[in-house]
Amino acid sequence: MSVRPTVLPGDKRTSVARSSKLVAGLVITGVLCAIALVSLVWTPLPPTKIQIAYKLTAPLQQGLLGTDQLGRDVLSMVMVGAWNSLSTAVAAVAIGGSLGTVAGLFAAAARGTPEALAMRACDIVFALPPILSAMMLGAFLGTGRWTAIIAIAVFMIPVFARVVCGAARQIWPRDYIQAARGAGKGPMLISIEHVLPNISSQIIVQVTIQLGLAILTEASLSFLGLGMPPPSPTWGRMLADSQTYLAQAPWLAVAPGLAIALAVFGLNMLGDGLRDTLDPRTPLLR
Amino acid sequence: MVALLLRRIASLILTLVAVSVLIYGIMDLLPGDPAAIALGTSAAADTLAALRQEMGLDQPLPLRYVHWLAGLFSGDLGSSYTYGVPVAGLVVERLSLTLPLAALAIVLSVLIAVPLGVTAAARRNGFIDHAASIFAQISIAVPGFWLGLLLIMLFAVELGWTPAGGFPGWQAGLLPCFGALALPAVALALPQAGVLTRVTRAAVLDVLSEDFVRTARAKGISRQVALWRHAMPNAMVPVITILGLQFTFLVAGAVLVENVFNLPGLGRLAYQALVQRDIVVMQAVILVFSVLVIVVNFIVELAQLVLDPRMRSDAA
Repeated sequence: MSVRPTVLPGDKRTSVARSSKLVAGLVITGVLCAIALVSLVWTPLPPTKIQIAYKLTAPLQQGLLGTDQLGRDVLSMVMVGAWNSLSTAVAAVAIGGSLGTVAGLFAAAARGTPEALAMRACDIVFALPPILSAMMLGAFLGTGRWTAIIAIAVFMIPVFARVVCGAARQIWPRDYIQAARGAGKGPMLISIEHVLPNISSQIIVQVTIQLGLAILTEASLSFLGLGMPPPSPTWGRMLADSQTYLAQAPWLAVAPGLAIALAVFGLNMLGDGLRDTLDPRTPLLR
Repeated sequence: MVALLLRRIASLILTLVAVSVLIYGIMDLLPGDPAAIALGTSAAADTLAALRQEMGLDQPLPLRYVHWLAGLFSGDLGSSYTYGVPVAGLVVERLSLTLPLAALAIVLSVLIAVPLGVTAAARRNGFIDHAASIFAQISIAVPGFWLGLLLIMLFAVELGWTPAGGFPGWQAGLLPCFGALALPAVALALPQAGVLTRVTRAAVLDVLSEDFVRTARAKGISRQVALWRHAMPNAMVPVITILGLQFTFLVAGAVLVENVFNLPGLGRLAYQALVQRDIVVMQAVILVFSVLVIVVNFIVELAQLVLDPRMRSDAA
């Protein structure tokens, strides 16, 4: 006798909502990546080209999104900002994510005191808000792209360590791990060959969500002047500069902020959609 | 219960000590001699040496840390190079703005998120549920400092209802002060409210599917009473947990929002200290923020123990 899965009313709508999230996330993130890549070879105008004669011109009168206080083309700046923001976020999540994953796998494999110590260390890093650790690092290393990357990565390590450790602990008691042990494999080999592939979906979801958070943090850091130095445009610094011209040129504050919000929105949708698709059992929690 | 409480307190103290070592250590490694910064570049060598001795900079690092820690306990956080005043007074003065701002933001975010999340869960897949989910997604994605700029553009520049920034000081009376804090509190609260709405909705849905709610309904208790009287207290445990975890982001948000609105709070002080390389002030501010985060999370843990008796046996 075959067991038919129970279909509850509302399930169809939920699954439609789930896939629409995934599609929306893929489209927005895809467009963002495309814009970032295009900016490497083409922008309407060079983003650092100063045209004082056209300063603070409204959108459509000079360029699609207008010009800033130095007459630079806002659209070109937003495009290059996409690359700067995305590349910083990807680098930070790559560094923090891989270090955190290694720490989490190690903690789950070792158990006992090493695990407790690792998790306690996570708590301590968590107590330092990323903006403040970036300020400390910024004073230490000087401001720049790498300061931002390192500061964000440092905060990502405990996030990934916790998620990976929690997921890996659920894999370790399984039968196939026992079998691998019986075959004489050590904890390191088991972690890489058997645990990691089985928790990869959780890691992928976490990477997507943390990329959104990294973009937000990068924007905050460059807003405070702790990100990439001028003249290369960043969304955060464009917003910081726009503060002086809120009454005369409100569009300067709209375009970069909208870009940040859309990028984070797209990545969050993608993360939610991936989580629902890869693991439909988990509740929709952040 | 007492043993559990003692263990939690011991772990709290250990975490506080570890964080203070970390902050002191990193700040000490910073390039730049505080004495040289205080005196300027044209200082004579013997004046510099005298000040270094006076500031205790000629002593080894562990000894300086112990002195600093002992100073903390007697309320002495050192003196600011740039302001020339004791840091403790400066921090207290700035906290008198940042704490009310944070409290206002938390209250506001709970007032938005809890009713919205509960209604969304009670009418699952209904209009309010979809609206709440869209609200949550958008408010999580919108950076608080950008929201602050938009609020200034609308309410201060266009409509002229509120000041664009600044703070009159508490001696000016409650009303002008809350007027100055209203927009910053909204800019801080909305991103928090998005996260809280999702957590509340998920928590209420979880509890609604449990047996005791069904039993309550079977006994003839109305849907509304079952929801608010029986489901809500249980659903509040995860909500309070997230509220505690989000406090880190609230602090980070305060640094940015205080800068947007030009509010003389602790976050703005941290930023100014960074720009002026005032290491003593930075140390103190970062320490105060971290201790706030740790203590808030400790209180949350205690609240969980009070709210949910099951946690007591689990944690023991």
